[in-house]
Amino acid sequence: MKVVLREREINRALVRIAHEIAERNPDPPPPALVGVLTRGVPLARRLQAALARIVGPVPIGELDIGLYRDDLALRGELPVVRASRIDFDPAKRTVVIVDDVLYTGRTARAAIDALFDYGRPARVQLAVLVDRGHRELPIRPDYVGKNLPTAKREHVVVSVREVDGRDEVAIAVREEVQASGGVGR
Amino acid sequence: MNNLLGIGELERREIEELLALAESFEGIDLREVKKVPALRGRTVLNLFMEPSTRTRSSFELAAKRLSADVLNFSAAGSSVEKGESFKDTVLTLSAQGPDLIVVRAPWAGAAELVARWSGAKVVNAGDGGHEHPTQALVDLYALKRRMGRLEGLSVWVVGDIAHSRVARSLLIALQKVGARATVCGPPTLIPPAVEALGADVSYTLAGLQEADVVYALRLQRERMAELPLPSLREYAACYQIDGGRLAPGQLLCHAGPVNRGVEVDGRVVDLPQSAVLDQVRAGLAVRMAVIYALLAGGRERAAVQAVGGVA
Repeated sequence: MKVVLREREINRALVRIAHEIAERNPDPPPPALVGVLTRGVPLARRLQAALARIVGPVPIGELDIGLYRDDLALRGELPVVRASRIDFDPAKRTVVIVDDVLYTGRTARAAIDALFDYGRPARVQLAVLVDRGHRELPIRPDYVGKNLPTAKREHVVVSVREVDGRDEVAIAVREEVQASGGVGR
Repeated sequence: MNNLLGIGELERREIEELLALAESFEGIDLREVKKVPALRGRTVLNLFMEPSTRTRSSFELAAKRLSADVLNFSAAGSSVEKGESFKDTVLTLSAQGPDLIVVRAPWAGAAELVARWSGAKVVNAGDGGHEHPTQALVDLYALKRRMGRLEGLSVWVVGDIAHSRVARSLLIALQKVGARATVCGPPTLIPPAVEALGADVSYTLAGLQEADVVYALRLQRERMAELPLPSLREYAACYQIDGGRLAPGQLLCHAGPVNRGVEVDGRVVDLPQSAVLDQVRAGLAVRMAVIYALLAGGRERAAVQAVGGVA
């Protein structure tokens, strides 16, 4: 495993993204944040805290995309379904989808679909901590913490304090991910 | 999970997983678009050989909320009236390739026969006096919602135990999750050996105050050759759940349809301590969970098995 981002760099990237979000969305109402479960949610919370210092309070939600995956029929096991929680009305405002890693773009597509079932946002933007390339769909991020060129056989392992007990982004090859029991993408 | 023919097939852990899954589906009802694409392209056949209001409508809506296509079949108005047998009906409908068949029939064991005749997965939605497993899951879900727990709950099931598939599935389910069941009714409506399902037996309502939950059952008159009671009036006098017998704080359940004035006094059905409408509402989320658990994922595996199990 090769560590590419540590706690300080992750926090710095998130603060920078918060400033970019504020800059790109100057008109009221302020944008809303929606974290993709699991690790997008704590990242969205941290962006919310950073945005609070820049533009004030912004609404936040959680999105589970399990039921929107395009590979449901291909997977052997049952995906775990967790409840989405969107307490604000997404209609007529900008919604920023927040996730840890952007890879094929399929999760982002599913997140956009899921979000639209709660209402029709005026604009949807995508913020990711890491963009590792290898897109399979015409999707691009609006805000990127770090561009990380990878080989397909490699995995990007994101750990966040709220879920994994520490902040870290590492690159591993498949065997190492299996050995460490972690989740790589 | 390949089929759901009886609640006894499920382990306690699987029951709890289904209830948790149902809970996560509840929020879908609050969205602007009350539908998720999870089962797009799958077909669910509702095969109903006897009348049903809530089970059928909640299975249909559950499948539609998951974006499955739904084919509804009822015996009335079909070739069954021209003399087509149950087996031929099942084979004919199976030939149209449903992924899941939901079966309601007046014969015990019908769902298992369908599972044997058809390559589709099968859910038993009530087979004669045998089982109604999704109703038991719905009841557990509503009980957990209202009481906060299942373990250690004392549930009195009152009325026509002998002819009730709802009671049979419920008693098995309660035993699995660690609740205590007591069945109560006239001796002619208590089946022999009901103790084998882990239930105590009482022939009077005398001890009812110890119950946390009172579950009233309808007299299943369509399954009785003759009324095994002196009269409905006498039955009501001895066993009807009314405002005097139901203590404050006890939860009232009933799987419906309710015969107000027979097994329950109509007024208690509408009290806040009645869970009757909670049970109906729970039906949708729980049946979504069952359909999802049976159909999501695993199509590849099924295909592999069909060509001889070469991985």
